[in-house]
Amino acid sequence: MTDLAAYTTSTGEAFQFWVLGTIAVIGALCTVFMKKAVHSALCLAGTMIILAVFYLANGAYFLGIVQVVVYTGAIMMLFLFVVMLVGVTAADSLKETIKGQRWLALLCGLGFGILLYAGIGNASLNEFNGLGQANAGGNVEGLAALIFTKYVFAFELTGALLITAAVGAMVLTHRERTERAKTQREMAEERVREGKQLPPLPAPGVYARHNAVDIAGLLPDGTASELTVIKTLRERGQIRDVSNEAINDLKALEQRAEERLGREEEATK
Amino acid sequence: MENLIALLVVAPLLGAAVLLCGGRRLDAVGHWIGTVLAAASFVIGAILFADMLGKGAEEREMTQHLFSWVPVEGFQADVAFQLDQLSMTFVLLISGVGSLIHVYSIGYMEHDERRRRFFGYLNLFLAAMLLLVLADNYLLLYVGWEGVGLASYLLIGFWQHKPSAATAAKKAFLVNRVGDMGLSIAIMLMFAWFGTFAFGPVLEATGETSEGKLTAIGLMLLLAACGKSAQVPLQSWLGDAMEGPTPVSALIHAATMVTAGVYLIVRSGAIFNGAPDAQLAVTVVGAVTLLFGAIVGCAKDDIKKALAGSTMSQIGYMILAAGLGPIGYVFAIMHLVTHGFFKAGLFLGAGSVMHGMNDEVDMRKYGGLRKYMPVTFVTFGLGYLAIIGFPGLSGFFSKDKIIEAAFAKGGTEGWILGGVALLGAAITAYYMTRVMLMTFFGEERWRHAPTPSPAEPSVEPAAETHGEHAEPHPHESPSSMTIPMIVLAFGSVFAGAFFGIGDRFIHWLEPVTGHAHGHPPVSALTVTLSTVAVMVIGVGLAYAQYGRRPVPVVAPRGSLLTRAARRDLLQDDFNHVVLVRGGEHLTRSLVYVDHTLVDGVVNGTAASMGGLSGRLRRLQNGFARSYAVSMFGGAAVLIAATLLMRAV
Amino acid sequence: MNPVNYLYLAALLFTIGASGVLIRRNAIVVFMCVELMLNACNLALVAFSRMHGNLDGQIIAFFTMVVAAAEVVVGLAIIVSLFRSRHSASVDDASLMKL
Repeated sequence: MTDLAAYTTSTGEAFQFWVLGTIAVIGALCTVFMKKAVHSALCLAGTMIILAVFYLANGAYFLGIVQVVVYTGAIMMLFLFVVMLVGVTAADSLKETIKGQRWLALLCGLGFGILLYAGIGNASLNEFNGLGQANAGGNVEGLAALIFTKYVFAFELTGALLITAAVGAMVLTHRERTERAKTQREMAEERVREGKQLPPLPAPGVYARHNAVDIAGLLPDGTASELTVIKTLRERGQIRDVSNEAINDLKALEQRAEERLGREEEATK
Repeated sequence: MENLIALLVVAPLLGAAVLLCGGRRLDAVGHWIGTVLAAASFVIGAILFADMLGKGAEEREMTQHLFSWVPVEGFQADVAFQLDQLSMTFVLLISGVGSLIHVYSIGYMEHDERRRRFFGYLNLFLAAMLLLVLADNYLLLYVGWEGVGLASYLLIGFWQHKPSAATAAKKAFLVNRVGDMGLSIAIMLMFAWFGTFAFGPVLEATGETSEGKLTAIGLMLLLAACGKSAQVPLQSWLGDAMEGPTPVSALIHAATMVTAGVYLIVRSGAIFNGAPDAQLAVTVVGAVTLLFGAIVGCAKDDIKKALAGSTMSQIGYMILAAGLGPIGYVFAIMHLVTHGFFKAGLFLGAGSVMHGMNDEVDMRKYGGLRKYMPVTFVTFGLGYLAIIGFPGLSGFFSKDKIIEAAFAKGGTEGWILGGVALLGAAITAYYMTRVMLMTFFGEERWRHAPTPSPAEPSVEPAAETHGEHAEPHPHESPSSMTIPMIVLAFGSVFAGAFFGIGDRFIHWLEPVTGHAHGHPPVSALTVTLSTVAVMVIGVGLAYAQYGRRPVPVVAPRGSLLTRAARRDLLQDDFNHVVLVRGGEHLTRSLVYVDHTLVDGVVNGTAASMGGLSGRLRRLQNGFARSYAVSMFGGAAVLIAATLLMRAV
Repeated sequence: MNPVNYLYLAALLFTIGASGVLIRRNAIVVFMCVELMLNACNLALVAFSRMHGNLDGQIIAFFTMVVAAAEVVVGLAIIVSLFRSRHSASVDDASLMKL
């Protein structure tokens, strides 16, 4: 613990900082630039764990554990649930749609970063008291002593905030059914009225060979019909185009059939 | 006794209210109500007068405080009356002559179906004028002043179905507004410099006020007086005001309205005494108007307009006298009173003549009427002798004193002013003799009067409006009209002698206006003799022109001056060219400046703001991420600012 | 090594997170970037705590975590209901507040 009070850190900590710090930055960048939300979430989780390690290194043992348990364990899992719920959308594209937004963002980010660095460099931060004394009775006990004395009102308020948030989330997502669900008959009538797609959507798959849901059904001219695949797969671009394969398969089948027939012919001779 | 003062104003005001609000059910008795209330005002005035005579000269001033009108700290406007010798003179003149005109109007307006309304307006006129002369501060005086303007508007335009009458009323009102502006500015100046506008404090404060300030106030008061008293350059409304019924003309010219300007100047004497430049301006205005009115009066064939020119000229005498300072104030008022008598008599006589001649006003179609209207002839004749200053009659005393005072002004000014006044006396004698001869003497031109051809421009329009070219049957007017004329004729004859002999009038007014005896460069007897001499010359000239030779029924073309005088010495043309055209040019250029410069700036600002906001609007694109960029940029700026402050 | 480096790292992570908020359109990823920014702040607070030698910085970081948890709950609920009604998780699609 004594090393925490020093003006410089130990070489071990320095080594840990540079290695893990680099990974944390890479993780943060990946969070921003990964195309799929799931990948972003995973990168963020990695960054957070590294931050937890840094907390521990700085003497914040309680926070380090809480970071792992609450953030990476609970919050990031919540994110993943929502990603699953929402699925893949066109919003995942990294293509910019607002004119000049990317440049402005870059400019602001750069300016902000440089100014922040200038500010930190400007501040006289060369004195380090270290946490040796503060953590003398144990980090958790020290925090507890503060939370339940000096910060007790803030603590109570955060409790109220959490409950409010829970209720709020429920109110936002819960939907009371105010109208009767449509019957099958009504839906059919509606389809007729709209006149777009009268019969049920065609089924995916080609003949009896490819019946997986990610394989589009073929139209009579051999091209794939997107209608046969569900929307999520369509948007993810996860349709397997099997038209050529299928035609080749057909040819092979015919050839094989002819061979057998020929052999049988020969046999009859 | 003091409590009676308010009744002087209230009585005619009550009459106006009752008559104007009472409606048709008062038609039968309306004229009696109006006349009785006007007479009541005169009776109250007479009682107060008797009371006043019983007191010593210095204790005659009475005041009555009715209520505080605008009581604000540092600003006291009260409704309070002040009755001193000057006000008393005016009260008796206004209510006395006014009552006589009321009586006359009963006969004159007998066939007019709006007679009740006419009497209501007359009462309103009297009330406003009495308020004007009784007020103890300039603000209340201003109320009366505006009331007079309103009443004159209503009465001049009484026959509003005639476009000419409606126009004349509007003209009188507008021209008066110019003068009113002067009075209101003068009042504001008084308040700014003296902090009050009650007569007493203001006139006392003049002693320690600089001459420049007094001159400014004096000139503004002079502008006001010019408007109300029809002095050059605001004289143009008076001639057109003849469109009103004749009793109205008599009222305006004799008792009310035009005398207000003289009253204002005499009342504000202390201000003018301290401002010689303003006094000089007053005398110049008076002298110019004196000649102006006289020349116009020589050329007019319309009997009322000739008399109107005469009024202008006589008021010019009064303004001239008032401008002379303490040596002239008393004579200005004295001439005002005597003029009130004989001018009222002359106008009522003219109305009587018109009454008998089917409302014909062109004197060229009169002639030889003395046989048919003896009473009118005698009373008119006495008024005539009075106005030309025939020795012994009232005009002689008052006008002679003014001429004397003008000479007494001293120096070159005195000679010029005195000369002008003398010349005016000659011209007065000339044009009044002309009126007299053309109306009552000579051949009876109204018989076989030729139908005026519409192409003839010199024919007065009034003759055409009535459109009666049948031969008239001159006859004497009813007694309700002749009795007032007789009373006024008495006044015309004796008032001057009563006032003048023994300096009675001077002693009466001296405590209010002050008086200084002037010393003319020539003896008073010389002045009197020369006045009589020029009068005789004027009469002789007129007799040579109109008495010995027949008067042409159609006016001859005449000299340039005559033609100009027929057009009121081009006053309307002048106003049109200078004021109307000038105003049009001014407004047109102002409109141009407004459209190009002001609107340009405003519209340009609006357009540039519109364009700017059109561009700024695009920032509001609805994308949360764009807004986030702004926030982020703002945060960067905040950090920059913090760093900068730390660095500094 | 000077512990100030933790602060530089925090600043870098914060800036990356902020840029991500500006660049990404998927509401979920935007939200993750916000979390990244919060974590960067927490790192800075913990480093401050160590510099000053008391635990107040850690307490504030702790509160930040609690508030972040509440925020995530509500935020994700909003995203879910947004997706339900608009069938899209793009932040650009909810751009009705304009002229």
